[in-house]
Amino acid sequence: MASVEAKINSKSSSGVAVPRFNQFGVGNALGAIGIHAILLTYSLIAMFPIVLTVINSFKKQGDIFGQPYTIPLGSMFSLLGYQTVFKRAEALTYLQNSLIVTGGSVIVTLIFGSMAAFAISEYKFRGNALLALYMALGIMLPIRLGTVSIIRLSTALGLTGTLQGLICVYVAQNLPLAIFILSQFLSEVPIDLKDAARIDGASEYRIFGLVIPLIRQAMFSVTVFAMIPIWNDLWFPLIMAPRDETKTITLGIQTFTGQYGTNWPALLAALTLAMLPVIIIYIVFSRQLIKGLMSGAVKG
Amino acid sequence: MQRIARKPFPFHIVVFLLPAFVIYTLFMVYPLFDSLRLSFFDQSVQGPPVFVGLQNFQTLLGDPQWSDHFWNALGNNIVFFLIHMLVQNPLALFLATLLTVKKLRGRAIYRTLIFAPTTLSVVIIGFIWSLILSPIWGIFDGLLKSIGLGSLIQPWLGSDRTALIVVSLMSVWQWVGLPMVLFMAALLGIPDELLEAARVDGASPWNVFYHVKLPLLLPTIGIVAVLTFVGNFNAFDLIYATQGLLATPNYHTDILGTFFYRTFYGFQLQPGNPTMGTTIAAMMFVIILGGVLIYMFGWQRRVAKIQG
Repeated sequence: MASVEAKINSKSSSGVAVPRFNQFGVGNALGAIGIHAILLTYSLIAMFPIVLTVINSFKKQGDIFGQPYTIPLGSMFSLLGYQTVFKRAEALTYLQNSLIVTGGSVIVTLIFGSMAAFAISEYKFRGNALLALYMALGIMLPIRLGTVSIIRLSTALGLTGTLQGLICVYVAQNLPLAIFILSQFLSEVPIDLKDAARIDGASEYRIFGLVIPLIRQAMFSVTVFAMIPIWNDLWFPLIMAPRDETKTITLGIQTFTGQYGTNWPALLAALTLAMLPVIIIYIVFSRQLIKGLMSGAVKG
Repeated sequence: MQRIARKPFPFHIVVFLLPAFVIYTLFMVYPLFDSLRLSFFDQSVQGPPVFVGLQNFQTLLGDPQWSDHFWNALGNNIVFFLIHMLVQNPLALFLATLLTVKKLRGRAIYRTLIFAPTTLSVVIIGFIWSLILSPIWGIFDGLLKSIGLGSLIQPWLGSDRTALIVVSLMSVWQWVGLPMVLFMAALLGIPDELLEAARVDGASPWNVFYHVKLPLLLPTIGIVAVLTFVGNFNAFDLIYATQGLLATPNYHTDILGTFFYRTFYGFQLQPGNPTMGTTIAAMMFVIILGGVLIYMFGWQRRVAKIQG
């Protein structure tokens, strides 16, 4: 009897308008309000430390301690922390270094990665499968474990303490996943298209140039996946380029928090500034980022 | 046949492959192998490294000066990993299940908010949390007092009993979004007809989850577990940022990554020891590879058999 009822219910549910929460089972147990209550609570837990830091970065020391939850409006609003941070010229150098390292690494990864992915997915040559496997090994192996040898190598090559050295390491680290993702997308580009160009006498380089714009979406996914971990990395800047001229913002914030241990407005302002670029990028691209992750998960 | 085999390798393929091959080999594959090789050498005296066979490993595992630190770091790392497996991943699955409920309003907003911490630097996250937990600001302690749990207050990051757990939970808070998104992708991939059929047969919500969804999620659970494992046994930033190089209090939060760094880089008056550093890296390599192999042959195959 119950199952017949369920059947009828399910029939009616295929009609559109009425929102129903019990189709996936959990809804039955919790109800719509319960689900929203849980998700809202967890969203608050996720945002609480970030929002707290941002709002308190616009207050003076006394208000940070006295009224940490008040939104700084009117007389409470203060840019003292930010003024302290910007008085120190390094802040801009760090930001510039981070932009150079992250931008450089991502661009080189995209160029070399798409070239290799094109060769692997387009041509049948001896050792093709072996090469694809070799390049994919790095997806699971943490490059950090080779640190001691990376230091020796970059000393030998004169790359220690330079941003170029960091870029080389990050490109090597990100190539495996980039090649893996890009070659999957490249193998889906129709053959007819390439053959038509070949008949017209296009060179293989020209064909590469024709095909790459067709996988913009995948290139974009690779960009986002590579960019965020590079921007956030502490390990390699700390080990390979710790001097003031080459510090990235992530390493800079680590030093800064040590120096400004008691100046809370400056501390919170520095943390907010360091979060800002990533938060802006995330707000703009969160949908594509998460979609990319989800489609990658299904493909893999 | 002979002739075809001798045909020169097409030039344009070399051009496409060479840059990526060279950079990857030079800066990733070679250092990893060279690092493993160096773990069989000793360079504590001046001059070129001397081959010493397994002596470094004997020192690391046998000499109490080293082995105490190694086992302590390994033990802490296992606790760090288990907390992620027991808190982060079930929480991620729970949130993903709620977020994939049909016709849920605000799904994208919730997802975006919960995933946000994952995109931020561990250094920033660690620092913000240590400010919130600090008794000077008293944010967390104040919240506990307001719900009548003031008696629990203690130096969260400074006490032997709580430091490791609290740091692990900070990491859980930051990373939960990643497994959540992977679980969401898997849950959305389950055909509606299957769930409908189970429901028609009178299965309760819990039964639908346990008997229909969970078996279909096994491959994703495996991927999440192995990603957690590799990430956790390679972790460093959070401990370094919140607890410093000595993994306060008294090495209670020391994990393999911080132990590795201290060893090869040196700290305070202790000079760096690169070859012992590579020995620790080699142990980490074995542990991580072991985890990946268990996943590939122990889990993936069995799951393939069940589902095949």
